[in-house]
Amino acid sequence: MTLDNGAEVIIGFEVHLELNTATKLFCPCATAFGAAPNTSVCPVCLGHPGVLPALNQEAVALAVRAAVALGCRINLVSRFDRKNYFYADLPKGYQISQFDRPLAESGSVALLGTDRKVRIRRIHMEEEAGKLNHEGESLWTADSSLVDFNRAGIPLIEIVSEPDMRSPEDGRLYLHSLIRTLSYLDVSDLRMEEGSLRCDANISLKPAGYEGDLEDLPRVELKNVNSIRNVVRGLEYEIARQAALLDVGGTVARETRGFDDASGTTLSQRSKEAANDYRYFPEPDLLPLRLEAAWVDEVRQALPMLPEAWAAKMMGYGVRGQDAEVLVSDPGLVRFAEATHAAGAPFPDVVSWILGDVARLQNAHHLPYGEGPLCAERLARLMALIGDGTLSGRMAKEVLEAIYDDDEDPDAIVAARGLRQVSDIDALTIIVGTVIDANGKVAEDFRAGKDKALAFLVGQVMKATRGQAEPAVVNRLLRERLLGGNPL
Amino acid sequence: MSGPLDLSLTEAVGATKSGGISTSELVRAYLARIARWNDTYHVFLDVLEESATRRARELEQLSAEEREALPLYGAPIAIKDNLVLDRGSTTAGSRILEGYHAPYAATVVERLERAGAVVLGKANLDEFAMGSSTEHSAYGPTLNPWDPARVPGGSSGGSAAAVAARLGLAALGSDTGGSIRQPAAYCGVVGLLPTYGRVSRYGLIAFASSLDQVGPITRTVDDAAALLAVIAGFDPRDQTSLHEPPPAVFPEASVKGLRLGVLSSYPDGMDPVVRAALEQTMRALQDAGAHLVPVELPEPTRALAAYYVIAPAEASSNLSRYDGVRYGLRKDAEGLYALYDETRAAGFGTEVKNRVMLGTFALSAGYYDAYYGRAMAVRKTIAEGYDRIFGQVDALLCPTTPDLPFRLGERLADPWRMYLSDLYTVSFNLAGLPALSVPTGLHSGLPTAVQVAGPRLSETLLFRIGRAIESVAPPMPAPDLKEGGAA
Repeated sequence: MTLDNGAEVIIGFEVHLELNTATKLFCPCATAFGAAPNTSVCPVCLGHPGVLPALNQEAVALAVRAAVALGCRINLVSRFDRKNYFYADLPKGYQISQFDRPLAESGSVALLGTDRKVRIRRIHMEEEAGKLNHEGESLWTADSSLVDFNRAGIPLIEIVSEPDMRSPEDGRLYLHSLIRTLSYLDVSDLRMEEGSLRCDANISLKPAGYEGDLEDLPRVELKNVNSIRNVVRGLEYEIARQAALLDVGGTVARETRGFDDASGTTLSQRSKEAANDYRYFPEPDLLPLRLEAAWVDEVRQALPMLPEAWAAKMMGYGVRGQDAEVLVSDPGLVRFAEATHAAGAPFPDVVSWILGDVARLQNAHHLPYGEGPLCAERLARLMALIGDGTLSGRMAKEVLEAIYDDDEDPDAIVAARGLRQVSDIDALTIIVGTVIDANGKVAEDFRAGKDKALAFLVGQVMKATRGQAEPAVVNRLLRERLLGGNPL
Repeated sequence: MSGPLDLSLTEAVGATKSGGISTSELVRAYLARIARWNDTYHVFLDVLEESATRRARELEQLSAEEREALPLYGAPIAIKDNLVLDRGSTTAGSRILEGYHAPYAATVVERLERAGAVVLGKANLDEFAMGSSTEHSAYGPTLNPWDPARVPGGSSGGSAAAVAARLGLAALGSDTGGSIRQPAAYCGVVGLLPTYGRVSRYGLIAFASSLDQVGPITRTVDDAAALLAVIAGFDPRDQTSLHEPPPAVFPEASVKGLRLGVLSSYPDGMDPVVRAALEQTMRALQDAGAHLVPVELPEPTRALAAYYVIAPAEASSNLSRYDGVRYGLRKDAEGLYALYDETRAAGFGTEVKNRVMLGTFALSAGYYDAYYGRAMAVRKTIAEGYDRIFGQVDALLCPTTPDLPFRLGERLADPWRMYLSDLYTVSFNLAGLPALSVPTGLHSGLPTAVQVAGPRLSETLLFRIGRAIESVAPPMPAPDLKEGGAA
């Protein structure tokens, strides 16, 4: 995106992801979200005197899984470093992170709906800090602050992109694309509102004719914005703010700014010049992290199918591109479609069911796809009952609702409710005759050209069959009897 | 004087197992002597009288078979107060941890207790183990049992004084740049710096993590071996600990045929008494069949410089957690940073502040390469230098300290001279190598000692040489404790 004054927008992201391990990165405390404050803590994650970190191998495995899925090169030897600073939520006075020898480097994310890629510079592991709850506006003005260390020590990965994005829309696409890929990996809950995924955006404006290094441009870091929508709003505001500054000959300060949801503006948090000197040095309590190339290959082999491959597979089944994109937006959705197909249901009918009533009902029951009463086998069976004419579409919807209510197989529901479509023409023909005879006036009206009269007669037949007749068949039979010959 | 307090660790455990003396009697004898002398010599910061008495009684209930399985059955042991224990107080000699009660016990203490030892109390030390005299303890200095006007060395001065003064049968200390070996030498007892990683550091309050090791301080070399055998070995809670079985407990004593490196030159300022004691030991070992090979220590002065960059750098980070937020001292103030400032200003002593400042500077942006980076390069050079030396000789014989125990207060105003007493000790920490200090006798009532160092994991060999040194040295009597002390 090029501004009126010729400046180009340069955007990069640092995304922090909490890994969904059972225990913390350096101690055996559970990582469960929502526990009572300071109940999932121990001397290690509280930073008591004398404790040492013991690296959680599960966290390493998840970090490597994410890194290989994003096409990164895994450094077989990486190192942990201490990032030193004081803050009330940081128990040891330093965060164990990775500085100049990160776990992984040089990956990429394909931007959804484009043929462009955003390069990933590096992915490194680090530990979470605790959580401050201020009794007031901020730590500095609060009367008191409470610290919850349940989160302290939860494993994080930080995914650092190259400054490859050129507009807020690029930023939005990047985050969506990144999150979509990560959602297939089961490495994180990816919940922005709960903070298990956080993004910091770096934004600068490159004046027309600037030939220097992008890293040297004055850069604003937009911190901890809690939704993708607000990332876009924050970026848009920053572009306008910085452009206005440059237009009047001002300079953009290199600083950290926070997004204020209410006003839609960004506010200075601290200037980079005054920022901490983190005094990184190698963490002496941990050995360098050495990985076997063969093990990394195993992790790579064990990767699940990723969204691009899933979309191609869906389109191979004849699913429309647009529907395929919707299906792969949620790994549960596309996996459920595939499972239903594997249980015997044909494409593309599966898609209309899943994107229609199934999506509505799963959402209404707050269930992920494949969980709850509706399993792929039940859906496939339901669709088979339509296919063999046992159920009308309308009846099938009733059965689908009943599956959620009763948690029973479709066949059991059909039997229990006596739902069986009457499609026996002979039986229906008799009923149609009876209905016409009983409603001679209406039949005359129809013959006289009153089309609406037919609907009444269809309704009567449906009533006589307790709704089990197929309306289209009833319609046809009535027209045949009333008009004679071919109704068309 | 001759009684239960004069038994060595090995002898005492033999006596408690055979029923010659009950564990309660032995522990009571130590507690009584502590009650008599601790106020004078200020060896313990916290005496665990109640738990030690209870533990001794519990041990008596064990069957003969169960006792036999405990290598330290009933042994009353002093623990340096930078090792955490889930009872009593843990201060690391600092005001900032005054009143702190640790919620867990160090691996080494757990291992001692599982082996049947009884913890008598927490021994005094220089604050956060930073010092060479225990004068930097926030709770006052420990006095040298051989001369109460002199320092016991440090930082494990309380541990060494306890063992020398018969206020503990043995002790655990920690050694970052000489903190076990120098006080052992000053107090006339045996002290071992184990190979880095040999002993778990979990529960050792960190000073400089890449240099710190826990080790034994004992009256005899055999006792040191017995204690090391219990505390050594991999600990999953310390990922820098080594997957190595503990070294053999009873090595042979002969030095026949061993090639021992000796210094080809000594720096200025070395006390002639120390040098004479060393040379006497060298001759005796030569007479016992060792070959003496002159060698040069790698980078002796640069080693000291590197040490005084690396150790403070790591310390500046390790001590960041003492911020008044979660435990220990807190000085309430307006705002978070004021709380940090006032808590740390009030809680840390001058020596600790000096080192935190030094270390913070050494790690600062723009200075890292010139200080920390260069120091790490020197460290590598030193390690390589020792690799070469131990390609030529089996072990190295050198002084533990260049001097005899100095007078209380003598060096407080002269930190550089204080630091110089680490001259012969720090380079083994930097290289991660084991080194053993063994007493060689008394000179004018003050103990002398030598140091034997070897390649990685050569503790068994060091014990063997140490035993030989013991056998050629005059027996160490018990010091005569006196009232009064430093005037």
